[in-house]
Amino acid sequence: MAATEQTVEQVRAVTEQKYKYGFTTEIESDLAPKGLNEDIVRFISAKKGEPEWLLEWRLQAYRHWLTMEEPTWAMVDFPKIDYQDSHYYAAPKAAKDKPKSLDEVDPELLATYEKLGIPLKEQAILAGVEGAGDMPAVAVDAVFDSVSVATTFKKKLEEKGIIFCSISEAVREHPELVRKYMGSVVPYSDNYYATLNCAVFTDGSFVYIPKGVRCPMELSTYFRINASNTGQFERTLIIADEGSYVSYLEGCTAPMRDENQLHAAVVELVAMDDATIKYSTVQNWYPGDENGKGGIYNFVTKRGACRGKNSKISWTQVETGSAITWKYPSCILQGDNSVGEFYSVAITNNYQQADTGTKMIHIGKNTRSTIVAKGISAGKAQSTYRGLVRILPKAEGARNYTQCDSLLIGDKCGAHTVPYIESRNRTARVEHEATTAKISEDQLFYCRARGLSEEDAVGLIVNGFCREVLKELPMEFAVEAQKLVAISLEGSVG
Amino acid sequence: MLEIRNLHATVDGKEILKGINLTINPGEVHAIMGPNGSGKSTLSYVLSGRDGYEVTEGSVTFQGKDLLAMETEERAAEGVFLAFQYPVEIPGVSNTTFLKTALNAVRKHKGLPELDAMQFLKLIRAKAKALNMNDDMIKRAVNVGFSGGEKKRNDILQMAMLEPSFAILDETDSGLDIDALKLVADGVNSLRSPERSMLVITHYQRLLSYIVPDHVHVLAYGKIVRSGGKELALELEAKGYAEFGSPEAA
Amino acid sequence: MAAIATLKDLYETLSPGLPGAGAAGLDRLRADGYARFLADGIPTTKVEGWKYTNLRDLAGVSLAPAQSAANTDFDIPSVAPGKTHRLVFVDGVFNAALSAVGTLPPGVTLDSLRGLIESSPATAAEVLERFPAPKADTGLRVGPNPGRGQSGGLVGLNGAFLAEGAVLTVGEGVTLAQPVEIVFVATAADGAWHPRLLIDVAAGAEVTVAEHHVARGGGATFANIVGGVRVGEGAILRHAKFQEEDDAALHLASVTATVAASATYETFVLTTGGRLARTDVQVRLEGSGASTRVSGAYGVDGSRHADFTSLIDHVAANCTSREVVKGVIDGKGRAVFQGKIIVRPDAQKTDGHQLNRALLLSDTAEIDAKPELEIYADDVKCSHGATAGELDEEALFYLRARGIPADTARALLIAAFLDEVAEEIGDAHLRAYATARIQDRIGRLTGITVDTDVPVLGE
Repeated sequence: MAATEQTVEQVRAVTEQKYKYGFTTEIESDLAPKGLNEDIVRFISAKKGEPEWLLEWRLQAYRHWLTMEEPTWAMVDFPKIDYQDSHYYAAPKAAKDKPKSLDEVDPELLATYEKLGIPLKEQAILAGVEGAGDMPAVAVDAVFDSVSVATTFKKKLEEKGIIFCSISEAVREHPELVRKYMGSVVPYSDNYYATLNCAVFTDGSFVYIPKGVRCPMELSTYFRINASNTGQFERTLIIADEGSYVSYLEGCTAPMRDENQLHAAVVELVAMDDATIKYSTVQNWYPGDENGKGGIYNFVTKRGACRGKNSKISWTQVETGSAITWKYPSCILQGDNSVGEFYSVAITNNYQQADTGTKMIHIGKNTRSTIVAKGISAGKAQSTYRGLVRILPKAEGARNYTQCDSLLIGDKCGAHTVPYIESRNRTARVEHEATTAKISEDQLFYCRARGLSEEDAVGLIVNGFCREVLKELPMEFAVEAQKLVAISLEGSVG
Repeated sequence: MLEIRNLHATVDGKEILKGINLTINPGEVHAIMGPNGSGKSTLSYVLSGRDGYEVTEGSVTFQGKDLLAMETEERAAEGVFLAFQYPVEIPGVSNTTFLKTALNAVRKHKGLPELDAMQFLKLIRAKAKALNMNDDMIKRAVNVGFSGGEKKRNDILQMAMLEPSFAILDETDSGLDIDALKLVADGVNSLRSPERSMLVITHYQRLLSYIVPDHVHVLAYGKIVRSGGKELALELEAKGYAEFGSPEAA
Repeated sequence: MAAIATLKDLYETLSPGLPGAGAAGLDRLRADGYARFLADGIPTTKVEGWKYTNLRDLAGVSLAPAQSAANTDFDIPSVAPGKTHRLVFVDGVFNAALSAVGTLPPGVTLDSLRGLIESSPATAAEVLERFPAPKADTGLRVGPNPGRGQSGGLVGLNGAFLAEGAVLTVGEGVTLAQPVEIVFVATAADGAWHPRLLIDVAAGAEVTVAEHHVARGGGATFANIVGGVRVGEGAILRHAKFQEEDDAALHLASVTATVAASATYETFVLTTGGRLARTDVQVRLEGSGASTRVSGAYGVDGSRHADFTSLIDHVAANCTSREVVKGVIDGKGRAVFQGKIIVRPDAQKTDGHQLNRALLLSDTAEIDAKPELEIYADDVKCSHGATAGELDEEALFYLRARGIPADTARALLIAAFLDEVAEEIGDAHLRAYATARIQDRIGRLTGITVDTDVPVLGE
């Protein structure tokens, strides 16, 4: 007890915020006027030169949204959002006429991504790859405020028939695919934030992996909110055709700002027969300062459909940022023998609030799902696991295993577990376990007796606590994520 | 007593037993030895009628009856006993309730009167004492909280109670230290009789020093590849199973 | 439910005839109850706590008082026949002739609520107000509270027709050796009753209470029960409820208990009757070192519905709670388990564990479970586990390999599965009775009587 109290005290003394991505970039922006109405929806659609059907879809969503109420069931508390007090479109000026090559991209922007450690210069990477030997390349789609500014390695991927581009480009170049799949997993009427996204989404990434193709490199999107008073509403759509495989990484950062900014994204995944999609997220939006001022509202709808037999969708998320996280990456296990996985670490510190979890809907026979969720609360934060496992009558032989563990650091935070388990098949087996405890004094003492500082010891122990999840991350992300876990707890943890 | 003819069996569509022939006469103790994955445990499950083990060809005749046509519990009632490699824990079911239900089911099948509580109690105490098992072990839920050795002894106690005419001991020695092994082997030996046959399945010769077999067979990749007397076990101990080839060869 | 207008008529017709009508305290309690019912209504599935239990069946239920059969020659269940103090209610109405209260030690009172009201309405009102009521809002939740109000309307309904019930008080330091039994017997084809069951155990006292709800010819009756329990410092209350009504009956009950420092509240609920039965248990551990054991067993088949909902609220530090709820679902039966553990900011050193397991026996059975933890203190050890599935194939094979026929093996495993809950009961009489009732229910469920005539070793 004493050791923790001491540390909490020490830590309380540390006021410095360690959000290293908190810089802003001076870039001339093309901004839509503040506010939300049908004209803004039309404005966005026109800016992007969209076909009529897509505008209609947006308007349908917008009209439906007007009839909806903001959900209140999550364990998060925030002042009412004024949806009229935000810009729904912001684009770097230079990107107004989509750059043809990286050379045309605003150098300020490139510098921003460099600062973030996101490699956009293919040539340099390629050189580096050759030099480094076995270090795999990562293809990146960079989304800056509302638009995709650059997608790397497109040529190399095209050789395999893989489509990896911004969703705006996909609407122009592959309308049949977009029209067929967009909204097929998350319908426009799904929920308040997803519906809003349908009306005003600006850009995002699109991936199509053809039959039998194993994507040769990690695909990645990097999201960056830069402009102030701007909401970010991107969509991602990934289709893995029969027998294909893709691993997709998503990273996010935002500058430090006093006001809260809304991020309401939609991610849809579709896996056909024998296809696998691995989707990894390291979410490090600005969490607000130590007094809870500012930070991103991260209200995201992510859902994957295992449409084909033997298909698999695996979500891995490390959620360390955002003032509020409201996010439930889910799997609809339609195909027989399909597999859904959800591995999650959610770290909340200071005044952060996270209500996150998953839904596993077992429809097909012998469908399997695994849920491993680790929540860490520190400071005055509240962290909630909310999950649903639903076994439908036809899901013969379905299996679910769920493990939720919460770790509390300090006595001012909260950790909550709200699982819903619904089984309507006798042969299905569902197992759920959850534990809550504080960080172990014995482990802390042991580490310190071996010479570790208290902060390092906490970082180490928490990383150990999260190991099961972190090991699911692709190598490129794992190291970064481990550091992030330690940094997120710095300055507020004992 | 037991006649196995050209027995083929599959698990999950994969053929594990590929034509087993074996005759066991009353009073005989046969040992089946073989490398891991040779099909030893599959044979024991096929003989006791476990779901998921599908016989695709061949026959098994037990005391003149078609064993494969019987349900698991019928086989037990007819006198087939399987001592499990890994006896399962059954929380909430006490050993006494379990054994009394089982014994009376078997007795009923044989046309014998069921035992009442006192008769049963007297019998189980006598049998348990011989196996060095105390009242506490008998009272507890089936195998719950038992050590490896206690679980095996519990299985042998069940065998002593049910008095089968044919017992299969599946890797009974696995996980036992030498003292536990002796205790179990003594229990088994005390049950040897001219009317009772046994099939001892084991990976190592060790057990066979205590339960001395009349015949030893080598099972490799689904077939009995060699048979001999008890000296064969010693030979295997010295040479290993290498000469019996690889799965591809079989 | 009968339209609110009908209920209004009923309320206005019945009120003047209720015992103690005209006495200020009671009139106010009834008016408050009615107002609360009008405000909250019957909970719908939109209310979080009623997400899985739909009360639309109430629509066809008669809310008029039941018309009892004249014949009272039925057997009355007992955990220890002849050795208990018992109050018997026939179709919700206290029956003095069937009740049997022996000599109670000084400091102990056991009364029917009607009797208490008739002798002194003012005292009765005072007693009624002493007991905790279920709280719709824990006052803790982060974020806006989206109408998580639980059973307010039903409690209100109970209050509006407040007349019958039982009141047990055990004075400081008194140990009542014989169990107290409160028996509800349904004989009517339909009709409703709204009893209030109040148990007040003072500091250092100790008592065992068994509550029975059985049908003796009864049919589609509706019992809407509200319970209040106070366990004083260092006191011990063992409470078991056996809900074994007719398959057509509706049974809705909520019990709110407060447990003082170093006190123990044990509660067990067996749910085997009723087309829809719900017991909602709220336990507040209010003093340091308080502990509670909440356990439940249920068996549902046909198209019956059983709901076990609990909230264990750790208010004070150093408290322990343990909850085990298990059930068997056959036919088109549906079971609901909702269990929440709250650990408030000051409740350091909390030890809270919860286990829920459901066994599905048919292809049309359904279980909905929601085990929740809401924790605001760090030095705690809390866990929950939930499983759903069919019988263990390994165990089944083991039993069959020893000669036990498949049906018997299945019955044996089901019995073992539920008996584990009975093991949670501390009191030997209650435990033995619970085991017997479970066996009886399994016998009806599987058609096989499990031979539990197991010799007791060492005798």
